[in-house]
Amino acid sequence: MAKFTAKPAELLKIDFKTPKTDWMDTPVNIREHMYCHPAKAKDLEVVDFPNIHEWRPVDENWNLPENWKEIVLNGIKERLQKYRSFHVFMDICVRCGACADKCHFYLGTGDPKNMPVLRAELLRSVYRKYFTTGGKIFGKTAGARELTEDVLKELWYYFYQCTECRRCSVFCPYGIDTAEITMMGRELTNLLGLQLGWIAGPVANCYMKGNHLGLEPHTVKSNIEFMIDDIETITGIRVNPTFNRKGAEILFVTPSGDLFGVPGVYTAMGYLMLFHELGLDYTWSTYASEGGNFGFFTSNEMAKRLNYKIYAEAKRLGVKWILGGECGHMWRVLHQYMDTWNGPADFLEVPKSPITGTVFENAKSLKMIHVIEFAADLIKHGKLKLDPSRNDHLKVTFHDSCNIARGMGMFEEPRYVIKNVCNHFYEMPENTIREKTFCCGSGTGLNASENMELRMRGGLPRANAVKYVRDRYGVNTVANICAIDRATLQASMDYWVPGTAVAGIHELIGNALVMKGEKERTQDLRLEPLPGKEGVE
Amino acid sequence: MKILFPFFAVILLVLLAVVGVKGANLHFLFGVVVPYAAVFTFIIGVIYRVLKWAKSPVPFSIATTCGQQKTLPWIKQNKLENPSSTLHVIGRMALEVLLFRSLFRNIKGELKDSSRLIYGSDKWLWLAGIAFHYSFLIVLLRHIRLFAEPTPSYLHLLETFDGFLQIGAPRLFMTGVILLAAVTFLFLRRLYIPQVRYISLSADYFPLFLIIGIATTGILMRYFLKTDIVGVKELTMGLVSLSPVIPKGVGAIFYVHLFLVSILFAYFPFSKLMHMGGVFLSPTRNLTGNSREYRRINPWNYPVKVHTYEEYEEEFRDKMKMAEIPVEKE
Ligand code: HEM
Ligand code: SF4
Ligand code: SF4
Repeated sequence: MAKFTAKPAELLKIDFKTPKTDWMDTPVNIREHMYCHPAKAKDLEVVDFPNIHEWRPVDENWNLPENWKEIVLNGIKERLQKYRSFHVFMDICVRCGACADKCHFYLGTGDPKNMPVLRAELLRSVYRKYFTTGGKIFGKTAGARELTEDVLKELWYYFYQCTECRRCSVFCPYGIDTAEITMMGRELTNLLGLQLGWIAGPVANCYMKGNHLGLEPHTVKSNIEFMIDDIETITGIRVNPTFNRKGAEILFVTPSGDLFGVPGVYTAMGYLMLFHELGLDYTWSTYASEGGNFGFFTSNEMAKRLNYKIYAEAKRLGVKWILGGECGHMWRVLHQYMDTWNGPADFLEVPKSPITGTVFENAKSLKMIHVIEFAADLIKHGKLKLDPSRNDHLKVTFHDSCNIARGMGMFEEPRYVIKNVCNHFYEMPENTIREKTFCCGSGTGLNASENMELRMRGGLPRANAVKYVRDRYGVNTVANICAIDRATLQASMDYWVPGTAVAGIHELIGNALVMKGEKERTQDLRLEPLPGKEGVE
Repeated sequence: MKILFPFFAVILLVLLAVVGVKGANLHFLFGVVVPYAAVFTFIIGVIYRVLKWAKSPVPFSIATTCGQQKTLPWIKQNKLENPSSTLHVIGRMALEVLLFRSLFRNIKGELKDSSRLIYGSDKWLWLAGIAFHYSFLIVLLRHIRLFAEPTPSYLHLLETFDGFLQIGAPRLFMTGVILLAAVTFLFLRRLYIPQVRYISLSADYFPLFLIIGIATTGILMRYFLKTDIVGVKELTMGLVSLSPVIPKGVGAIFYVHLFLVSILFAYFPFSKLMHMGGVFLSPTRNLTGNSREYRRINPWNYPVKVHTYEEYEEEFRDKMKMAEIPVEKE
């Protein structure tokens, strides 16, 4: 595969004209840089996924199992019976088009099949053909079509051009959530062994080793030890976290992305500093060392299998409650699925901040809270000594991650924290934040490198809004609370809005936090000189 | 094709009724049998569809949260966009059903000068949608006068409001005109907005043509080709009292109107018009957002294969010990 070299100006020539041919008569064109490589057999074997075989998206023949059609149709049937959402959403769309221009992939590609409504119609047409009387009798006139190999390829291609961000669902008059349909569609591809490498790899890693990156226990620890050294360089204080410690009050679980690579590690340094300063009785776990859940991008069952570790580890260690790190899809899964899958967590207590005494009634069943909720409560109670001027070199905007926004609704806490640790905060335009926020363009396991064009196109609406605040206010930092953002948004910023950095909120907290007995700070968490302190060391 | 087919289908239906009544004298078929069959299909069909949906469970708490969650006491929750109690959900649903809340959010995204994405307010669809549905509802309610003797007094009130623009006699009802205008707008936007045209199916044009046909024949009947309203009422009263009669002198235009309405009713359960029922069952809207506060039970939750801590420690024990990470078995 050739390297992706298209310049931003080329990508911006987006053609929004609809094709001459009807969408059903427009065959799918599987293009380089728009899709991810297939999964490796060994990764699928680890978790016993079915129909593992060799195939390549651009090949004519995908080597499908002989009864593939039966598998798909039975798969649809089973899911119609299991999910009212899927069943209702297959039936009630009026094709009003209100969702059409709400999808970042449509805005970035102009491809009509990336309009949420048409993405859903790709599958709905098959549903009509095999599951509705009208579709059986009237066929194409009723919007029904035969399931062929070409149709399957089209489903595959477009369900892996949806990041399940749910923006479309906010605008649909019936709340039709194309993300829900994409999830079903991806489960179907999964039944046929048509999984992506970039998803299957992390899933296999997470299953066996506890985290997506495949960090083994000693590496989890040594990675954190590197951060401890850096923290000591910056503050003169040596923090000492514990691992797999029984009897700790709190288990801390964060996406493994925070343990490896920048800017994730800066966020993790922020956690370490905050918890140390509070004297929190907490432990990391090397077994439940992943908050995120790439299983969620394959099937409901796989997501549950990976998610199991969190409660299991909390139980084994005998902690009282669980604190979760900054992540997006992780919190959709925790907030809306975990308790149902692997609860009830009756062996835990309702989370209570040992510092402020606040009881988090909003998590009284799940027993897990978001570290930003925890931090906002600390700041509100005046428990942290903060020097926001140490972030004065940053002009900050906040990117709401999709899942936190539309699958949880945490909008005020992160803003409250940012405003307390930074002096310069600017919101992006109203239609691009909060519940209307745009995806980074690389969620749901689409954060590979071979699909860079797709990522840059999908990232355009977000980047464009960042550009707006950069040009207007000189914004140079996009704060967020999502590990996928930290891993992927930088590429999109470098492409569309060069010179803009991406940072987790705990990095900003770490900069501003005045710790007891710290030396005079001359560097921020990136080991770069603080404003006015250049050349001090 | 997608437009012509449903268009001619509706024309054919009109002709069918005209020929049936004028040519073949099938008054009883078009005046009694078809309406009964249509109402029967409608009722059974709608119940069947709703029950079928209801049979599929809602395993997970998947509300689309469109506002601030319930959290710390000093942060104001957005109860209508992120409900945490049944009352909040009722409020959210009422806004959706009565005011099309989500559609009201509509914005239009455009790429300007190949460099800036801008999002402008776009409320036309909402406006036309509201105008169409409410005028449809009022027109429907006004028809109650044909099925009740004496005419209920609230209908007089409704008619006074609706017909306050007194233009000649019979009084001009605004809703009829608004209905026709709104549904024409909805058709034209399907035709002229390229994206909407691209996603439209025959099944999207058919109900629009049908409703245009119904409204047109209705208006024709009321203001232009006067029908014998006494005769019509005799027929409709006969239908509701289950002792059907076919009065003489009711014009063919009435049978056309009635036939199209019957088709709409019969078609309803098999079509996207079922959104009327579906909107109430939509899990992203009718669930509370506080899923950490109360556990949702999935009726088909089943045990899955997991990788236990013991298996993990078995594999990594030596490495863990070397790194001084506590283990269960030494
Ligand atoms: C609870 C009751 C209902 C609600 C909340 C509702 C809501 C909506 C909404 C939000 C739309 C999309 C916007 C639009 O195109 O106007 C729509 C479309 C539509 N509705 Fe309803 N509706 C209801 C009942 C009905 C009924 C009883 C009919 C009977 C004919 C109907 C016919 C239509 C049609 C034909 C469209 C499509 C318009 C188009 O093609 O653009 N609706 N409805
Ligand atoms: S907004 Fe909803 S009803 Fe309208 S086209 Fe999109 S999915 Fe269908
Ligand atoms: S969920 Fe997001 S990515 Fe998927 S269709 Fe809707 S708007 Fe597009």
